[in-house]
Amino acid sequence: MKRILAASLFGLSLATSGLAYAEPVKIGVITTLSGGGAGLGIDMRDAFQLAIKQSGNKDIELVVEDDAQKPELAVQIAEKMIQGDKVDLMTGIIWSNLAMAVVPNTVAQDVIYLSPNAGPSALAGANCNANYFNVAYQNDNFHEGMGEYANKDYKNTFVLAPNYPAGKDALTGFKRFYKGALSGEVYTQVGQTDYAAEIAQIRASGADSVYFFLPGGMGIAFMKQYAQSGVGIPVMGPAFSFDQDVLPAVGDAALGVKNSASWSPDLDNEASKAFVQAFKAEYNRLPSVYAAQSWDTANLILSALSKASVKDKDAFRAALKAADFKSVRGDFTFNTNQHPIQNIYVREVVKDGDVLTNKIVATAFEKHKDAYAEQCGL
Amino acid sequence: MKRETTINLLLAAVLLALPLVAAGMGEPFYVTLATRVVVLALAAVGLNLALGLGGLLSFGHAAFFGLGGYAAGILATHAFNAEPLFAGIPGTTSMPLIWLVAVLVAGLVALPIGAISLRTTGVYFIMITLAFAQMIYYFAISWPAYGGEDGLSIYVRNAFPGINTAQPLPYFLVCFAVLMAALLLFRLIEGSRFGSALQAARQNGVRLAAVGIPPFKIRLVAFMLSAMITGLAGALYADLNRFVGPSMLSWHMSGELMVLIILGGKGRLFGPVAGAMIFVSLEYVLGGITERWQFFLGLILLGIVLFARGGFLGLVSGKPRHV
Amino acid sequence: MFTALLIEQLLNGLQLGVMLFLMAAGLTLIFGVMGLINLAHGSLYMIGAFACATVAAATGSFWLGLIASLAAAAGVGALIEVAVIRRLYDRDHLDQVLATFALILILSEGARWLFGSFPLYLDIPKLLQGAVPLPGGGQYQLYRLAIIAVGILVAVGLYLLISKTRLGMRIRAGESDREMIGALGVDISTLYTVVFALGAALAGLAGALVGALQSVQVGMGEPVLILAFVVIVIGGIGSIKGALVGAVIVGVVDTMGRFLLPSLLALTMPAAQATTIGAALASMLIYVVMALILAFRPSGLFAAQS
Repeated sequence: MKRILAASLFGLSLATSGLAYAEPVKIGVITTLSGGGAGLGIDMRDAFQLAIKQSGNKDIELVVEDDAQKPELAVQIAEKMIQGDKVDLMTGIIWSNLAMAVVPNTVAQDVIYLSPNAGPSALAGANCNANYFNVAYQNDNFHEGMGEYANKDYKNTFVLAPNYPAGKDALTGFKRFYKGALSGEVYTQVGQTDYAAEIAQIRASGADSVYFFLPGGMGIAFMKQYAQSGVGIPVMGPAFSFDQDVLPAVGDAALGVKNSASWSPDLDNEASKAFVQAFKAEYNRLPSVYAAQSWDTANLILSALSKASVKDKDAFRAALKAADFKSVRGDFTFNTNQHPIQNIYVREVVKDGDVLTNKIVATAFEKHKDAYAEQCGL
Repeated sequence: MKRETTINLLLAAVLLALPLVAAGMGEPFYVTLATRVVVLALAAVGLNLALGLGGLLSFGHAAFFGLGGYAAGILATHAFNAEPLFAGIPGTTSMPLIWLVAVLVAGLVALPIGAISLRTTGVYFIMITLAFAQMIYYFAISWPAYGGEDGLSIYVRNAFPGINTAQPLPYFLVCFAVLMAALLLFRLIEGSRFGSALQAARQNGVRLAAVGIPPFKIRLVAFMLSAMITGLAGALYADLNRFVGPSMLSWHMSGELMVLIILGGKGRLFGPVAGAMIFVSLEYVLGGITERWQFFLGLILLGIVLFARGGFLGLVSGKPRHV
Repeated sequence: MFTALLIEQLLNGLQLGVMLFLMAAGLTLIFGVMGLINLAHGSLYMIGAFACATVAAATGSFWLGLIASLAAAAGVGALIEVAVIRRLYDRDHLDQVLATFALILILSEGARWLFGSFPLYLDIPKLLQGAVPLPGGGQYQLYRLAIIAVGILVAVGLYLLISKTRLGMRIRAGESDREMIGALGVDISTLYTVVFALGAALAGLAGALVGALQSVQVGMGEPVLILAFVVIVIGGIGSIKGALVGAVIVGVVDTMGRFLLPSLLALTMPAAQATTIGAALASMLIYVVMALILAFRPSGLFAAQS
């Protein structure tokens, strides 16, 4: 009882000292905490909780639930959060297919959803929504960045992605900016773990470079097998296969690989440095891009809360859209479709002591916008 | 009245009463949760026809569940976008029409799958039904026209004449009515000549053939009927979630449907209902307590399979009706 | 150049087949002797990979890891046989499917509890790194050749074990008449535990070998499990020879399908469509092959028993 009293007193003192509105705010976090994809969800949740904790805002209540990477379960949890917990905001989903299942119905019930990862093209264009804010990226963005960068060195690229919508978005994004020829385009089975057949095709294709999008275990398997195959053609990819969650599992096979992202642990700005330091101190590991995006999502929410009441939807949406927060990605603004306008960097996998991590080697795009914003009626 | 009948009525009453109370108390989520129970129970009633009465251990019923779901999703999408389906036939948002299509599609797909699978028995049957479901699953993931792995969103729940399906309670009542109708159908089939022949085929196919009834045909019809009920449940499930995706077709889904039946009691009229009530409650309660809920769910399921033979209804109402 | 590619792809298919054989041999042995469907076989594969990765990371030796994977998988296998599986032998297949389905949930989530949520690192041993030249100008990964060799050794070993040893005699007796061998004074429950542990060890070995090529993570066993079931059903459940033939068929069909279907389709339709549709068809191909085989031979190619 004493502790609760102390906490609310603390909250009260904060409220009087700076925050414009000190009302209870409930945020629903649906993310993947069990099964094979749990690492990403855990990074997302940890960064989000840390950001809220550091803000000292005691009026925020988080409702965190595990979707086990199953769309139906995510839908059920979303219903529970909206109808049962009566949350004010929702966030947390990692995977595009889960976002597609949850987001349209959530925003239709006038609940604001902020995406900390996953930006399917279907939600960025004609079906954009005033209640949907994507704080991460539109799915094509990282691939577009690598496509642009590849023009510098390569003329004949072999491209590879799983045969599902995010995979097709990926290669579409790459090809949108890549001007060279394609020596091959292959779609692999979802969840495939053996890439011997594809690597043999790469070897025979006469390509001067390989671009692949294979998230999670698929990418780990591909990189390990590719490194051992003796093919030796340079590889590029989006950050998903070269980020802090999977790098330890890929090992030295990833060294030197160029990959694209909106953020890197060595990004030179105050917010980013403070974030990396705080995350390392709290969890004793380096944060991933997912953690960075989630940290930004939390800080965006905090910035909006200090300006407007979450109960006043119009004012709160306007406060979110202003994006008046210190992003770890540096300059961050929202486009008309409420997707980010941000830099896309090219990073290289390096070894820092014993730890594999990334450092920025180039900026592929400054203030990059996605290709679908024009179709959005907002 | 027999003890099991009393328990069945009690289960139906509880399943109907809980959402009414929840709605009265302004807790719509529990209505949604109860709808989930009802729809999963319906899918399992379908499987129970093949598995419980006919002894056909189909490990591929997710295929029919998913096909029903996709029927609803595809028809609704075409209606939403005002694009004809093919040859000028428009989509629809009318539930009765969607149900009809879902049932027909499931039945038509079940015909060849059943005709090939029923040539095998035992483990082969389990695995070949699984293989067909996997085929459809991979097809759905990689076929781009209807969302692939992303699935399809149904932006507005489809309509039932005279009922506001967008509200949780009316939609629950629609699903509940369908479940009751399916249970009645199950009871009628069980008591019919066809049902007797099906059960005879399970116990001794050779003897059945000897009296001039080909067990293959009986089983095939049962398999199709079973698929049709599960397909109907799939259409309802899609509308419940306002979403359909390939995970409805995955082998985990087939496994879950089997779990429901075992939990409740195989071959018993209300087995799937009791199973769905237990399973959804477990999933919900455990999920709220711990991140490791799948671990404890596994432990509980294992305990039930090992120590509570005959499932919940076996525990509370004594000996199974057929041995 | 095309010939070299074709040879390489055939080797790839063979290697995938051999890996599937290691999984399928255990499954089919367990089914043949005890009549049990074990869905948790994929979890034993995962345990092998986790054990190998953990020990290799701690000691720096892949070989110690390999031994650990055999020991861990066999140990866990024996443990679950004694605690759970043995109660299922006289149940119908439905109960077996469900109990082992529950075991998957327990073992997967348990592994995540112990090892965390991030994939583990496991690399190919120094000795087997790199690639060797193939006739026709191609190259082939040495480690994959080693896997093929291990698979052949295991196949020969199993053949000798079953046809020449006392244990093998009992296994054969158990396959043909379960009650009889009990009457003959063979300690059935020990025999069953040994057979189950043997199957588990093979799965663990497969997990460790493949873990070095792929990602060691929770849930890695499930796709392999389904493929292994396809293999034993094609080959005829209970038959080791069937498992070998089935595994090679599945491995080669799957690899060649992924490789050839998109190019074949490209002859009749635009390339962009061909890659998508080809990939879609390739992912369904082995299930189509399985359905076809079962449609004509309802008990598989080498049915051991009815």
